[in-house]
Amino acid sequence: MIIIISGISTSLGSANILVWKAYSAILHKFFPNHFESSWLSDVCVWNLRLPRILLGIVAGIGLGVAGAVMQAILRNPLASPYTLGISSGAGFGASLAILAGAGIVGGDYLIIGNSFVFALLCSFIILGLSSRKGATPETMILAGIAMMYLFGAMTTILQYFGEAEAVKEAVFWMVGDLDRSSWPKLTLITGAIACCIPLLMVKSWDLNVMGAGDETATSLGVNVKRTRIVTMVVATLMVACIVCFTGTIGFIGLVAPHLTRLAIGGDNRFVLPVSGLMGAVLLITADLVARRIIAPVILPVGAVTAFMGAPLFLYMIMKRRREYW
Amino acid sequence: MRLKVDKIEFAYNSTPVLENISLELDRSEILGIVGPNGTGKSTLIRCIDRILKPQQGTILLDENDITTMNRMEIARKMGYVPQSTARVFPASVIDTVLMGRRPHLGWKSSERDLDKVLEILELLGIVEFAMRDFNEISGGQQQKVLIARALAQEADVLLLDEPTSNLDIRHQLEVMEIMTDIVRKSEISAVMAIHDLNLASRYTDRILMMNGGKIFAAGDPGSVLTVENIKRVYGVEVLVKSDEERPYIIPVRPINCSSGL
Repeated sequence: MIIIISGISTSLGSANILVWKAYSAILHKFFPNHFESSWLSDVCVWNLRLPRILLGIVAGIGLGVAGAVMQAILRNPLASPYTLGISSGAGFGASLAILAGAGIVGGDYLIIGNSFVFALLCSFIILGLSSRKGATPETMILAGIAMMYLFGAMTTILQYFGEAEAVKEAVFWMVGDLDRSSWPKLTLITGAIACCIPLLMVKSWDLNVMGAGDETATSLGVNVKRTRIVTMVVATLMVACIVCFTGTIGFIGLVAPHLTRLAIGGDNRFVLPVSGLMGAVLLITADLVARRIIAPVILPVGAVTAFMGAPLFLYMIMKRRREYW
Repeated sequence: MRLKVDKIEFAYNSTPVLENISLELDRSEILGIVGPNGTGKSTLIRCIDRILKPQQGTILLDENDITTMNRMEIARKMGYVPQSTARVFPASVIDTVLMGRRPHLGWKSSERDLDKVLEILELLGIVEFAMRDFNEISGGQQQKVLIARALAQEADVLLLDEPTSNLDIRHQLEVMEIMTDIVRKSEISAVMAIHDLNLASRYTDRILMMNGGKIFAAGDPGSVLTVENIKRVYGVEVLVKSDEERPYIIPVRPINCSSGL
């Protein structure tokens, strides 16, 4: 499904390339003798569209998995990668870079570096606070909401004093987009996600057990506090890596796990990977729509995800037969 | 001696909850813990399973101090059946019971684990609910599922926190029959916090009566469940009759309210 959608997505663009030509342009790179390709489709596919689509796939996977992990571990259907203040931290970091030009690292990676650092900072404050109080889901969620307001308010104040153009840029950044993709960035994100997901998969059975309650999990031999903090840190890292490149593509992390659970049930060993794939499909589909619906204008994918996802989500909730939230 | 609890003390934020509690549990024995609400029954059970860490005292499981064991080792020897069936993360009955295999398996469940789970569901007569969602089934069935999970753990000692608290009379009896049956057959031992004195009397081998975080009386049901003890601990006037050497209790009235109301 991912392959089909990405094929269609590669072929659709301002320059007309047929679907099979897009595939053959991709394969041309690997098997030059067997597949033909034109210069136009080569450039379009390899330099413009593929990085964007692959970023969509990778980001979707990461956000989907992270969302599934966080919902399981906080035992809360509203939990998403943003519950731990990652988006507000990242938004503040980016605003700081765009509006004030201040940042941890300079150059091209000013915005990226800044949002990454602040996203992590924000979530580590939450983790730090909640680990002192025994790392219960309730403290984590409440601390997350407090941080969201705090960093949101700081962003607002920054914007209040900012230049109109810069404010616009900051707002666009926060909506989230796949525009800023490139091969080196893609390698970075893929690397980070490839490290994080196996770590989370190993813990997925423990996540199931923790779903039955902290006490039960403890009696079944799970170190609840450590598991919760470790998985949170890993998921947070992963999301921070994605969000600092794409901006805050919010909805995927919330919806993908729910859709997955509605489809295949609640066992986290399967929910985690499937939710990742679901996230990828959702994101590249949304991106496809974002690029084509009023072409040549490219809408921000973050907004389109919510536009498409929300009705789908509501439909699934109304129609569900079993109680998987 | 399966389990030996020696002089444990526990306090929540310096409010003492358990003081100087000692108990012993033999193979194939059911120990009932009775006492008024808030007297520390649940806390005691959680301390034994080390979900809570007692500040003082030692707990020996098969002669080993549990502070020297890691969580997995404890989980392979002791199963815990929690009291509240509060809303849990959605899972099917079979998945819930399969969780009990957690201490024994790695990431993937094997054929053997599944067989074990099915066997236990069969034993408890809940095999037809296997694919239903845990949150959808009735309270009595949920309680059986939780017991099934603890049995799947293949532990030597089961700790049950009020297993009959929100069940109808038939389910209460069923659950207690299942427990006594399993304890006899599989030679496991059980500690059970229980509110219903008549159930305690009928189905336990020994009873520990607690009051205000201390042991008030301990021994066989006949010697613990006396008119005098119940009056002192619960403040309730009762009649105690005897039926095949097991006492049964007929509540009459709470003591201080009798004249006023």
